[in-house]
Amino acid sequence: MLEIVLNNLGLFLFVGLAVLGYFAGGLAERRHYRSIREREAELVHLPVVSSEDILPDRPVARSCLVTGSVVVSIDYFKRILASLRNLFGGRVGAYETLVDRARREAVLRMKEQARRRGACMVLNLRLETAVVGRSADKKRGLGSVEVVAYGTALVPPRG
Amino acid sequence: MILTNVSTVPGKTIVEHFGIVQGSTVRAKHVGRDIMAGFKNLVGGELKGYTELLQESREEAVRRMAEQARTLGANAVVNIRFATSSVAQGAAELFAYGTAVRVE
Repeated sequence: MLEIVLNNLGLFLFVGLAVLGYFAGGLAERRHYRSIREREAELVHLPVVSSEDILPDRPVARSCLVTGSVVVSIDYFKRILASLRNLFGGRVGAYETLVDRARREAVLRMKEQARRRGACMVLNLRLETAVVGRSADKKRGLGSVEVVAYGTALVPPRG
Repeated sequence: MILTNVSTVPGKTIVEHFGIVQGSTVRAKHVGRDIMAGFKNLVGGELKGYTELLQESREEAVRRMAEQARTLGANAVVNIRFATSSVAQGAAELFAYGTAVRVE
């Protein structure tokens, strides 16, 4: 038995990591989505627009730049799924949820920063996506994405 | 220093333009973080070390941009944009640019 394991160490490692990725990654993703939904509901009253000429009906005392960013990585199992998908083409669901989570998280962090500064609105939302950490995963290229969300927070006068 | 990413400063008027100002920083992550990120890559999820690193670097880029604007005599930077590029393996360039103006 031990001999079989030792002879096929690479295979066992591969399967083990895939199983670990499947369970841990799936759990982490579900938990992340739950947290995203909760915080989105909480911050729904802080409007964010991607245009610069919608102004609030209140006077604006000051404005400041707010940013939010996050780096999210995909798990081992989904990375295997995605590379299999590469053979046949089509939608890569694994990466769709990855970038979706990253964008929503970045926007939420930006909104949280805006709320801490007492803002009533965020103008001109911009989203940038970048692939980072290539060296952590040289062979497979894409593994983690960074999303930064930024905009101009408008703060109404106090009182 | 007022920073915005819209073409004006809401509630104020621009009285003088100073042109483009920019700030950039190139950062490499340290090995410890890279190894941790390697493990985290297996289970997926947020890579907090990288998030912090990029956040700090972006703040540094903005600070340099604001510094440049201040030397020109500006009191605000409008229309700020961010860009990220990986110039080398393991190093990332964070870049911020905008238009330096004086507002009243």
